[in-house]
Amino acid sequence: MTRKQLSQYIAFSSFTIISLVVVGILFVILGFIIVRGASVISWEFITGMPEEGMTKGGILPAIVGTGCLILGSMIFAFPVGVLSGIYMNEYLSDNWFRRFIDFMTNNLAGVPSIVFGLFGMALFVNYLGFGDSIIAGSMTLGLLTLPVIIRTTEEALKSVDDSLRTGSLALGATKLQTIRKVVLPVAFPNIITGLILSIGRVSGETAPILFTVAAYFLPNLPHSIYDQVMALPYHLYVLATSGTNMEESRPMAYGTAFVLIVIVLLMNLLANFLRKALGKRVKM
Amino acid sequence: MIQAEAKNVNFYYGDFHALKDISMTFEPSSVTALIGPSGCGKSTFLRLFNRMNELIGNTRLEGLVTVDGKNIYDKDVQVDEIRKRIGMVFQKPNPFPKSIFENVAYGLRVNGINKKSILDEVVESSLKKAALWEEVKDNLKKSAMALSGGQQQRLCIARALAVEPHLLLMDEPASALDPISTAKVEDLIFELKKQYTIIIVTHNLQQAGRISDYTGFFYLGSLIEHDKTQKMFLNPADERTQSYITGRFG
Amino acid sequence: MKRFRRLFEKFIEGILLSSSTITSLTVILIVLFLFREGLGIFNRSPLEHNFIIAVSKQNPVQDLSSDQLKAIFNQDITNWSQVGGKNDSIILFTVNDITNYFTEEELGASLEYLPQKLNEFIVSHPGALMHISDKNLPSDFQGHTIHVKNISVKDFLFGKQWYPTSEPIPSFGIWPMIIGTFLVTLGALLIALPLGLATALFLAEVADIRLRNIVKPLVELLAGIPSVVYGFFGLIVIVPMVQSTFKLDVGETVLAGSLVLGIMALPTIVTIAEDALRTTPRSLKEASLALGATRWQTLRRVTIPYAKSGISAAIILGIGRAIGETMAVLMVTGNASNVPHSFLVPARTLPATIAAELGEAPYGGLHFKALFALGIVLFLFTIMINLTVAYVRNKERK
Ligand SMILES: Nc1ncnc2c1ncn2[C@@H]1O[C@H](COP(=O)(O)OP(=O)(O)OP(=O)(O)O)[C@@H](O)[C@H]1O
Ligand SMILES: [Mg+2]
Repeated sequence: MTRKQLSQYIAFSSFTIISLVVVGILFVILGFIIVRGASVISWEFITGMPEEGMTKGGILPAIVGTGCLILGSMIFAFPVGVLSGIYMNEYLSDNWFRRFIDFMTNNLAGVPSIVFGLFGMALFVNYLGFGDSIIAGSMTLGLLTLPVIIRTTEEALKSVDDSLRTGSLALGATKLQTIRKVVLPVAFPNIITGLILSIGRVSGETAPILFTVAAYFLPNLPHSIYDQVMALPYHLYVLATSGTNMEESRPMAYGTAFVLIVIVLLMNLLANFLRKALGKRVKM
Repeated sequence: MIQAEAKNVNFYYGDFHALKDISMTFEPSSVTALIGPSGCGKSTFLRLFNRMNELIGNTRLEGLVTVDGKNIYDKDVQVDEIRKRIGMVFQKPNPFPKSIFENVAYGLRVNGINKKSILDEVVESSLKKAALWEEVKDNLKKSAMALSGGQQQRLCIARALAVEPHLLLMDEPASALDPISTAKVEDLIFELKKQYTIIIVTHNLQQAGRISDYTGFFYLGSLIEHDKTQKMFLNPADERTQSYITGRFG
Repeated sequence: MKRFRRLFEKFIEGILLSSSTITSLTVILIVLFLFREGLGIFNRSPLEHNFIIAVSKQNPVQDLSSDQLKAIFNQDITNWSQVGGKNDSIILFTVNDITNYFTEEELGASLEYLPQKLNEFIVSHPGALMHISDKNLPSDFQGHTIHVKNISVKDFLFGKQWYPTSEPIPSFGIWPMIIGTFLVTLGALLIALPLGLATALFLAEVADIRLRNIVKPLVELLAGIPSVVYGFFGLIVIVPMVQSTFKLDVGETVLAGSLVLGIMALPTIVTIAEDALRTTPRSLKEASLALGATRWQTLRRVTIPYAKSGISAAIILGIGRAIGETMAVLMVTGNASNVPHSFLVPARTLPATIAAELGEAPYGGLHFKALFALGIVLFLFTIMINLTVAYVRNKERK
């Protein structure tokens, strides 16, 4: 073996070993929680209320709460994100305005989630007077995911072949007609995929909801958008760090972590499935 | 004497049978042109000679490929050693985003030659052989990306020559160039064949006629005819060659 | 009809335009609200609203710094001469002390005589230092108020003490958090960068394409696992591990934070770096290989240099994420408010402090404002990171 082959051998072997370790660690973590969590999961756990200082019973209010927050944030962020993605990709040319919006969107994407929490508290909870409520939390989470949805929409639109646009315009269709009838149908599967992946992200965010909506414990399910709710990630945080009896609430914590992971997994599977299924329909 | 040879070669991309039982020999200091309609396997065949096809997963080779009498697919052959001895010029000029000097010196550096005096000498002689020296000798530190397309392609040829290959593979080296640059590259190939064995893929039949000694006609993965260029163009043995040359398909 | 349609298109375009301004608007609002609440901590006295420090009229001392005041209240300073006054011992007096000097009858049922008694006290105790509410001051007050030096940006950033609720003078020095954040992030990078980049190189250049197509989506999936889950894992596995490995009293340390954060950052770094490596044109790699370079040489000399700016952008973004990560770090670093001097002691980070304390800080109070000021610092970090990334990307385009 020559020197250069030897150094390649050494380098590549170490990459291989390191990758095995890295992927191994990540899956050990995932496996650890899935294995411990799965044994806790039962019908009662999913549909029951927390009992006995959250050491027994279920996590229904947290599941419902997270559901409300997902729904609320998506009702806001999805239309706004998709519309602005369309505007940025289809209407704006590469001028200062577009660069400015790009820069601001990147900035928003980089803002730490706890700062969103501060902001949501200052604007929605206090200034607008919503109080700790589903609407305050949803708006905060919605703003947090907005950049993600804008970016995926843009990516989806970028991947639409330009010849489709020129073809349609050449046939006398207006710009809006072209976007609606030609561009969007092709880009649709990827846009939906982005949406679903951002649901996964919203469901796990804790810092933005700490001071805008999340409740330590609530005996009732929410009745209106001005109610507080429990939420899965915050519930896990509470169970792990400040439950009344941490040792005894551990199984509840494993179960909650399991549910959170399952949501992310499901969203990924769903996204993949939809991308394939819808992609096929568009091709035909 | 034979410089390079393919013997009963079959090549598969997955299930797709891209090369069908091809046998062909190449003599030293000769230029062989490979012609044929798009997708017939010319590039695939050319890339067998420096084992470039291995970079694509899920391929399979049957048969024998030899260079200088040695089976280059033998188990004990180191692929980088083979590639060092076989130069390749690609369809699109692909200089590295480095200086002109470093582009030409690259092949030496990766083979452990870093002595300044040797590098200087080889860079100069390679650029001279590639007929680029006069145009760039004062700007060797300049980025290669700043050269024109034709200059870039000649730089890529100089880069390939710097490692003193025995065999030069060219895949449509002039197809991305304007007529003047093309003429320069053709002149260059004509010069180079004094020292090197050259296999060149081209879609330009006039070009094949001007610069090659031998021509091989590929069709749907098979070698239909392989003969002296003059004979092929004036009096092809196969009907399909005839139709291709007279422009009836392809 | 045609005119109507054109109007309609303009209308829709207007809607699209306004949607696309929402991100910019949000950024501006974030700045506005952070500064609105957070700047209130600066250039004002560190005393809670309405409270003052008063001394006798004969006392020549006019102003004190908060450090001096703290020392006085801790009885480290007991004589006025130590702070530039006469040689007289300091008599501390807060509202809680009032019953030590006066009976309830003397003060009145609803403390109506309190102002008057305060006057009596200050006259009879020339060495007194009073911490009282200005509502209780009599109109003919016989003392003068001490000007307490304002909280400066410098004190805030470089102050080593964070006692936001201590009475009467809280301390708002965030230096421990800045160092904590820096150490935790540094440790995380030392773990995640080599491992993540090596994995990215493996996936991009070494692994069989089929293996890559299985592993890459799985790694991407792991990037979506919520940070509380990583924090939870850290709490039950990594923290005890750190504790027993290094024989520590507590396992909640900078190191535990770095480990959890490093592991969390791995999927992101692997994904982005692998994407960046993939941008290197195939033709360049082939050119290098055709010249007899090994794949490793090609990687080092062609692929990595080409992808360099993409990889650096990934690294910088990773740093940004690490700095801003809240929950996982909060759960495993122990949140001690001392300046950490090694990786094996508890520490707290900027985001974790906000998350841990905002719930208990009274709305609009100094502590509340200080936490928003922390938010400003974090936000400025983010902007810096983004400017750097924009700069790196811009250079790449040229
Ligand atoms: N990486 C690949 N995977 C699968 N099939 C391939 C691959 N590369 C080439 N092929 C197929 O192999 C056949 C021969 O391709 P090749 O590139 O050798 O043709 P060519 O004669 O060079 O064509 P052209 O003149 O267009 O360059 C084509 O049908 C092509 O579709
Ligand atoms: Mg070809």
